[in-house]
Amino acid sequence: MQSVNYIPIVLQLLVAGGFVTLAMTLTHVWGPKRKSAEKLENFECGIESQGNARMPFSIKYFLTAILFVLFDVEVIFLYPWAVNFKELGLFGFVEMLVFIAFLLLGFLYIIKKGALKWE
Amino acid sequence: MVEYIFYALSVICIACALLVVFSKNPIHSVLYLILAFFAIAGHYVLLNAQFLAVVHIIVYAGAIMVLFLFVIMLLNLNAETEPHKNMLTKIMATVSGGLLLVTLVGSFRAAGQVEMVNLDNSNIGTIENLGKVLFNDFLLPFEISSVLFLSAMIGAVILGKKQLS
Repeated sequence: MQSVNYIPIVLQLLVAGGFVTLAMTLTHVWGPKRKSAEKLENFECGIESQGNARMPFSIKYFLTAILFVLFDVEVIFLYPWAVNFKELGLFGFVEMLVFIAFLLLGFLYIIKKGALKWE
Repeated sequence: MVEYIFYALSVICIACALLVVFSKNPIHSVLYLILAFFAIAGHYVLLNAQFLAVVHIIVYAGAIMVLFLFVIMLLNLNAETEPHKNMLTKIMATVSGGLLLVTLVGSFRAAGQVEMVNLDNSNIGTIENLGKVLFNDFLLPFEISSVLFLSAMIGAVILGKKQLS
């Protein structure tokens, strides 16, 4: 079975994760600890922290993120096309042009509406 | 060998999914969901769907989880402002969850034993083969998906943007 060939990748993931865990654990075990009230305070550029971090924040961030996800998924479609670019020929090229044209339309709409403007 | 990996991944996946539901802190739920997504990506690799596995990690564990975090941060989740669900809501949730369970169990029982698909070509899920199938046989769904993207963009802008006057 082909998927057994992925064992080295799994091993690499395990080694990478294991190193992080080991390093963090060792620093916690061996490192000196000074738990004073000032030290454990949330650090906010030296200014006294105000209020709670758990406050609802602006929808503008969410809008930017969701638009990012849409274009991210679009790029995923480009990978299988780019790998087969020569084989698909002109037809494949036109296919992708139509696909990109729709997304470009959406992008123009976003720009026109000023959705990425930070007012 | 493959069987052991399958069972290990399944145990990780189900355990993480349960922790998503049962953890009190919503941020912990999101972190366990990421672990569950990685386990599912492992299942995709076992099914010879390598490209899908990579896309699953990039899109779900990378991008969709950011959206989940943003949704959590958009909500006001202070402990003191936590709304108390009344009894009726709890009963309704239990009934609807139970109905979903009945439907799922019923459909699995009706489906019966699924025959294992034997793949002649173990490279069927690679990016080359996927591209060939996607851009020849599934051309129309691919082009329609771009219309879906367009509608998603317009919907996001209309819902999330204050109208400039």
